[in-house]
Amino acid sequence: MLKYFLARLLTFLPTFVGVTLISFSFIRLLPGDPIIVMAGERGMSEERYNALMQEFGFDQPILVQYWDYLLGVVQGDLGQSFVTKRPVWDEFFALFPATLELSICAMIFAVMLGLPAGVIAAVNRGKLPDRLFMSIALVGYSMPIFWWALLLIIVFSGNLGMTPVSGRIDLLYYFDSTTGFMLIDSLLSGQEGAFRSAVRHLILPVIVLGTIPLAVIARQTRSAMLEVLSEDYIRTARAKGLTPARVNGIHALRNALIPVITVIGLMVGTLLAGAILTETIFSWPGIGKWMVDSIFRRDYPVVQGGLMLIAVMVMIVNLTVDVLYGFINPKIRKR
Amino acid sequence: MKITSFLATGATLLVLMAGSASAKTLVYCSEGSPEGFDPALYTSGTTFDAASHPIYNRLVEFETGTTNVIAGLAESWEASDDGLEYTFTLRQGVKFHSNDGFTPSRDFNADDVIFSFERQRLDDHPYHSVSGGTWEYFDGMSMPDLIKSIEKVDENTVKFVLNRPEAPFIANLAMDFASILSAEYGQAMSDAGTPEMLNQAPVGTGPFSFVAYQKDAVIRYAANQDYWKAPSTLDNLIFAITPDASVRYQKLLAGECHVMPYPNPADIEAMKADENVNVLEQEGLNVGYLAYNTTVAPFDNPNVRRALNMAIDKQAIIDVVFQGSGQIAKNPIPPTMWGYNDAIEDDAYDPDAARAMLEAEGVSDLSMKIWAMPVQRPYNPNARRMAELMQEDFAKVGVTVEVVSYEWGEYLSRSKELDRDGAVLLGWTGDNGDPDNFLAVLLGCDGQEASNRAQWCHEPFDNLIQQAKTVTDQAERTRLYEEAQVVFKEQAPWATIAHSVVYMPMRPEVENYIVHPLGGHIFYGVDLAE
Repeated sequence: MLKYFLARLLTFLPTFVGVTLISFSFIRLLPGDPIIVMAGERGMSEERYNALMQEFGFDQPILVQYWDYLLGVVQGDLGQSFVTKRPVWDEFFALFPATLELSICAMIFAVMLGLPAGVIAAVNRGKLPDRLFMSIALVGYSMPIFWWALLLIIVFSGNLGMTPVSGRIDLLYYFDSTTGFMLIDSLLSGQEGAFRSAVRHLILPVIVLGTIPLAVIARQTRSAMLEVLSEDYIRTARAKGLTPARVNGIHALRNALIPVITVIGLMVGTLLAGAILTETIFSWPGIGKWMVDSIFRRDYPVVQGGLMLIAVMVMIVNLTVDVLYGFINPKIRKR
Repeated sequence: MKITSFLATGATLLVLMAGSASAKTLVYCSEGSPEGFDPALYTSGTTFDAASHPIYNRLVEFETGTTNVIAGLAESWEASDDGLEYTFTLRQGVKFHSNDGFTPSRDFNADDVIFSFERQRLDDHPYHSVSGGTWEYFDGMSMPDLIKSIEKVDENTVKFVLNRPEAPFIANLAMDFASILSAEYGQAMSDAGTPEMLNQAPVGTGPFSFVAYQKDAVIRYAANQDYWKAPSTLDNLIFAITPDASVRYQKLLAGECHVMPYPNPADIEAMKADENVNVLEQEGLNVGYLAYNTTVAPFDNPNVRRALNMAIDKQAIIDVVFQGSGQIAKNPIPPTMWGYNDAIEDDAYDPDAARAMLEAEGVSDLSMKIWAMPVQRPYNPNARRMAELMQEDFAKVGVTVEVVSYEWGEYLSRSKELDRDGAVLLGWTGDNGDPDNFLAVLLGCDGQEASNRAQWCHEPFDNLIQQAKTVTDQAERTRLYEEAQVVFKEQAPWATIAHSVVYMPMRPEVENYIVHPLGGHIFYGVDLAE
């Protein structure tokens, strides 16, 4: 197992270098000079322009700039945001817990509903529950996030007044952030009703962000279950007289889980992409919105540093998924 | 045990409710996050709303709701006869805010004024490079060239010596970059090895003191009970950062915030009809224009430019592009600004006369480009649509238009070129309420190949605005600017299109809110009805 883990870890290194290269060049491929964009309609004198070019190191050859960036990365220095003048590293870790909390909750929501929906659809193949769940899944998958979020806000927050419109917690509650995770911080604060408020604020963003993964997981579970259910050993299990719940829940589902876990791992990227829109609409202070703003402002250090950190997070999740495979299916780690 | 905890819970809730009922808290759903809290380092209105207006004061201030300059931290000031020296008498007994790491030991004095400006001006000042040290507005308003020295006459008197007479100088000092910071706090943070705290945990003399900022989420302020004017009747001010306009509107309806800026134009009618929302409106201090390249034929001929201006149906543009949230511009400065010449008559929309005028000038089968900005601005919410409408208008007088666009940075730099092909859609938002900030910056000879996109250098006009710069008498300056606008109208280097109208939706319980023409959102003086 250790050897398998180390082998997976080794593939990390070239991927990491690739990621630094892509994140560095990506923002530079976009047209637009960051300093001219920064100056806007007001413009800037040529001396000032040159001084800033020098200050930010843009007057250096591109390879020198990349080398400096790489050296910084290795030393844990991702540079300073052009806009806020604060270290990229600090900004990322101030915002990342909010995105992580939202993504984890959205994933739990998607799995908790998606798995049973997929199983029920597979067991009732071609019948009403199957058609119903799969149609809903298709609609959920195709729904534009922006529209879906506004619809939920107008109905549940506006018309019914059941959920707050946006934010992470009611403004009445004010306490220092200890972990950055509002659910935990609100509990630690000891303030009455804070946790409840944090949960209420999570409901709509979690539904919005979890909808696409929910649909994908439901459909993936269904097809994986169908494949497994047609296997000989299932027929044998049924012939032995096991209850349908035991056959479906233990023998079939466990084997159907491998492709589903793969999908869940891959969904992490989708969640982060979805978080960009979800965070913007729900005023959720996470990294999605931070990255988009930075791209528009041509804030090079934030874009390249943020992209790299996000990529590393996705790589870590995929590494975890790989290791999980090993646990679930011994054949994989022996290969 | 259960009963005890139930009672305890009830008691806590009551305390919380009682606390929230007695404290007046205004929640403002702001449109974005501040870049920092040192206004001199930044140029965006969002940062000024969060930093300079609540936290700081300046030597002189813009009176809320006007562009008039009134006394601030300086009680009075006088200019020397040659216009080269300005002496400020400072207000006494003004207290700076305290925070966890700093308690001021003295009141505001001349050292704070000198610190606030010299850190921007002098390369060797210890604070010059802190937090990136990009003093865009200080540089942009040419302050480094303008200020020769800043002298402390005594504890409560400061003298600014200039290199040349510059009438708008006083208005410049009311701008956000001229906010006064505490020199003592600067020294304390420098000694502690954390100079960047000046930008992160701001200390000022303003009506609200900074409490906390959670990035991209919320900013909290408390009323400054030691404020040198009457303390705010609000106890707390909260900025709930809400980037999406539709969501801001929903929050306003749900009572999650009291005031919101920048509504979607499409929502304004519904807002006006809703009894739970009051909508205030005022003309913005901006102008959207189409700048011809006056150095290239046939646009070097004023009659051709005037003919084209007559071909533009501006009302259609207001209706379609601004969806009503704009008004037709006839002058290059907005009507809320002093010096605006209301006697000028706009060119009538008359395609037949325009066509005849073009023919009279020997112009036929004219083809031209119109540049459409790729970004949205208050003075032009949809440049592509605006350009298309002009394309249709010009087709009616026999002029073929090709609409072009570039990436924003590219657009800004290429539109400055002297031999640029085509007329450019662009605009300007005023900085200091002085006509010089529009007329000299956008139309003066010095601005050619820079902010003067028409590349227009017309001596009679330039003489008038240069003269207005050096005269300190306001009435005389007004006369010169009014005359300059007459010359502008005759020469028509631009088609002036529109000034935006600013809408501020708020809950009915919000009292005394004033829409500020310079664009800031100011909560000092605002109250909440019980």
